[in-house]
Amino acid sequence: MSKVNITVNGKATSATVEDRLLLVDYLREGRNLTGTHVGCDTSQCGACLVMVDGKAVKACTMLAVQADGTEVQTIEGIATDGNLHPMQEAFRENHGLQCGFCTPGMIMTGIDMVNRHGTDLDEKTIREDLEGNICRCTGYHNIVKSIAAGAKAMAN
Amino acid sequence: MGVEGIGARVVRKEDKRFITGKGRYTDDHKVAGMMHAAFVRSPHAHAKIKGINKSAAEAMSGVEAVLDGKQLTGDAIGNIICGWMVHSKDGSPMNMGAWSALATETVRYVGDAVCIVIAETLEEAKAAAEAVEVNYDVLDAVVKATDALKDGAPQLHPEAKNNLIFDWEIGEEEATDAAFNKAAKVVELDIRNNRLVPNPMEPRAALVQYDTAEDHLTLHTTSQNPHVARLVLSAFYNVAPEHKLRVIAPDVGGGFGAKIYIYPEEIACLWAAKRLGVSAIKWTADRTEAFLTDAHGRDHVSKAKMAFDKDNKIIGFKIETVANLGAYMSLFSSATPTYLYATLLSGQYNIPTIHANVKTVYTNTVPVDAYRGAGRPEATFLVERMMTKAARELGEDPAELRRKNFIRSFPHQTPVIMNYDTGDFDASLDAAMEAADYKGFAKRRDEAESRGKKRGIGMSCYIEACGIAPSAAVGSLGAGVGLWESAEVRVNPVGTVEILTGSHSHGQGHETTFAQLVSDRFGLPGENVQIVHGDTDKVQFGMGTYGSRSGAVGMSAIVKALDKVEAKAKKIAAHLLEAAEGDIEIKDGEVLVKGTDKKLAWHEVCLGAYTGHNLPEGMEPGLKEGAFYDPANFTFPAGCYICEVEIDPDTGTTEIVQFVAADDFGQIINPMIVEGQVHGGVAQGIGQAMMENAVYDDEGQLISASYMDYQMPRAGDLPSFQVSHQTTPCTTNPLGIKGCGEAGAIGSPPAVINAITDAIGTERFVMPATPHRVWQAINGGEGHDIAGAT
Repeated sequence: MSKVNITVNGKATSATVEDRLLLVDYLREGRNLTGTHVGCDTSQCGACLVMVDGKAVKACTMLAVQADGTEVQTIEGIATDGNLHPMQEAFRENHGLQCGFCTPGMIMTGIDMVNRHGTDLDEKTIREDLEGNICRCTGYHNIVKSIAAGAKAMAN
Repeated sequence: MGVEGIGARVVRKEDKRFITGKGRYTDDHKVAGMMHAAFVRSPHAHAKIKGINKSAAEAMSGVEAVLDGKQLTGDAIGNIICGWMVHSKDGSPMNMGAWSALATETVRYVGDAVCIVIAETLEEAKAAAEAVEVNYDVLDAVVKATDALKDGAPQLHPEAKNNLIFDWEIGEEEATDAAFNKAAKVVELDIRNNRLVPNPMEPRAALVQYDTAEDHLTLHTTSQNPHVARLVLSAFYNVAPEHKLRVIAPDVGGGFGAKIYIYPEEIACLWAAKRLGVSAIKWTADRTEAFLTDAHGRDHVSKAKMAFDKDNKIIGFKIETVANLGAYMSLFSSATPTYLYATLLSGQYNIPTIHANVKTVYTNTVPVDAYRGAGRPEATFLVERMMTKAARELGEDPAELRRKNFIRSFPHQTPVIMNYDTGDFDASLDAAMEAADYKGFAKRRDEAESRGKKRGIGMSCYIEACGIAPSAAVGSLGAGVGLWESAEVRVNPVGTVEILTGSHSHGQGHETTFAQLVSDRFGLPGENVQIVHGDTDKVQFGMGTYGSRSGAVGMSAIVKALDKVEAKAKKIAAHLLEAAEGDIEIKDGEVLVKGTDKKLAWHEVCLGAYTGHNLPEGMEPGLKEGAFYDPANFTFPAGCYICEVEIDPDTGTTEIVQFVAADDFGQIINPMIVEGQVHGGVAQGIGQAMMENAVYDDEGQLISASYMDYQMPRAGDLPSFQVSHQTTPCTTNPLGIKGCGEAGAIGSPPAVINAITDAIGTERFVMPATPHRVWQAINGGEGHDIAGAT
């Protein structure tokens, strides 16, 4: 067992956890932040994607103890003062989701793409950078549109 | 239509919770005192259970109990049922073997559940499951349906000799043979429809709560049809009587058919909670468990031949299919390769006579049942591959051969039960060819060739059947349930509206689309309408969502209930406004007397209904109406898909450079949502054609049991899609809706394979078109095993 101090969505949290505890379970079970989902066991689907110190991380691939001392941002923490993040708004406006299960990971990935490539994202870049996220409902068509629109909106 | 009425692209009401992480899926629910379940599963595809030693597991920390199949059957928990009786052509009923939720004597596929372990934490439950020692006597396994029928094959169930479940036929064999005798040309096709894993992104899960004082169970579960689940759990599995069992399907992360069925895990968790007196038990599948236990889809091997006259008109069609149903008969497994498959073998074409024979077979694999399209993709793949192969052999353009044989007069009775009410197949073919610039293809092929690439174009003109269907008709064909839908419209005293529906949304956007019906009818904003679904305590009964039925059947029930509400509201308004009932109009949230300035606000009429102070003589207070809608016929969505591919002959890599969908779904309520359904369906169809394949080795191990091994389509594998709609309204339901949920997955695989075979110039080709297979085909490797599991 180890003690961890993790800032989650701007709030300091601490707990004594099993060393084998995954970050995703710390968030879902420990902090009740159930917007981060588990869709596979092999780090393929990206439904558990969160930001750790500003970088996209699959929370099923990181131990909670590895996140000690970091700042973690989840889907629940990206809206500010009650206003949706532009990437969230873009997914709604462009019908970028159906069942919603992969959506938190997709939105976080979209934000990460902007962080890495800027706000002017072409289709090819978006499709290539979605390599780590699986959606079964949308055929990605509207996810691609959503991320392009969300990126543009983030410029403003 | 108004800004939020029928035909408007209304942004989805349900999205806010999903984009903010506030969706509430089954695994997100937690209750105090909740224990966790893990399953001991067979590592063998076929084995006798010689003994189970539970003592080490039972002694482990946190373990409440380890329960096995003998205890389950000892408590009179019923065997898992198949809900559709199919008879062989000799009149004998299907040969169904027993399926216990926990295996008692024999395991028949890798993943077959043997014990359920209940412990305080998930880790403890999993560790204890690993400590259960099951002593097996391993038997030979068989995984291919065609092998299972051979003499000497391992036998799965004593009830099914030679593993044959039924040997069924449809159509006229003699008349069809006679047509072939006078044919000018016969085209033959051997084909395999590859086995798929549905893979909704949310794995299956169950949370059982048991109230010992009331002897009442509540099940939160990942279901497409919670009422059907409750009925079956009560009536057949004896877990509790219906009034002591509440089933809730909360937010559900995709279904695609895999979440229709009632699986061993829900049964075992319900039974265990009651037997042990445990207040709550949760089980959530991990992805490998999902691969190993969710019902798979497709897995057909067929031989077909089509007879043409000298003018290239079809005069007969003959099909022999062997369908793999896996180790046990799942809920609708018998209907999928029969009434949902062979009834669509006439496609969009005038075919005077058809005969199809379907043999269904047990194998040591996961049960196979309906997956998005369920039988219609298999039929469409056969018909549309055949039409393109025939065009090539007859020297006709594939579009022209299709046109020559199109049905143009409606209603049209096919030789295989279905009666098409309406359609315009030329319209969708024209639209698709125009959008794809079909005429300009030769130039594009030449240009690609100059770059060393092989370019091909392929089309598919599909028709399918949705909104299944008159209850009396499906009953006569063997269905164990009626396939109507129910709805209740509750108008509150302040004028807001709640719609209670038996349909279930797991991504389809019902909360938005269904509200549009109310906006359209009464001119109310969508925010004043709430859709209630997925809870047997709230909605009286419903058949759930599958087979693209929520629009054609579910919304028809809502329309019927709205008709009754409108009629009563008009009566009340006429009384209050001292006008004739026929002069009352409801528009933009007001209730008006036509041609006058007399009016009431909508909420004034609603309040009047509830105060009861001034109602017409003899009228009951309140404004709430219910309806059951039983469809008069199936609906028949149809369309044309055109796919264009470019292949690198050095690597076999195929790129889809263009994909065009032209669909006739009848009336569309929300085009944005309908387009989304097409996008998703086409992606799954492309997945089947090019990537996805459930692969068993000869010992029955599923070697594609994770996302590392089973290739799900990713964004980089797919193009953006060009989608359009042509509309001939359905004539048999009030809104004219045909349904749109499965068309994409039904129509796209043959379009892709027709394009690939066009590019590489060989017909003998088995899905999925992986780079390896395409490279082999280009380089003369034609020896693919059509019956092969790989």
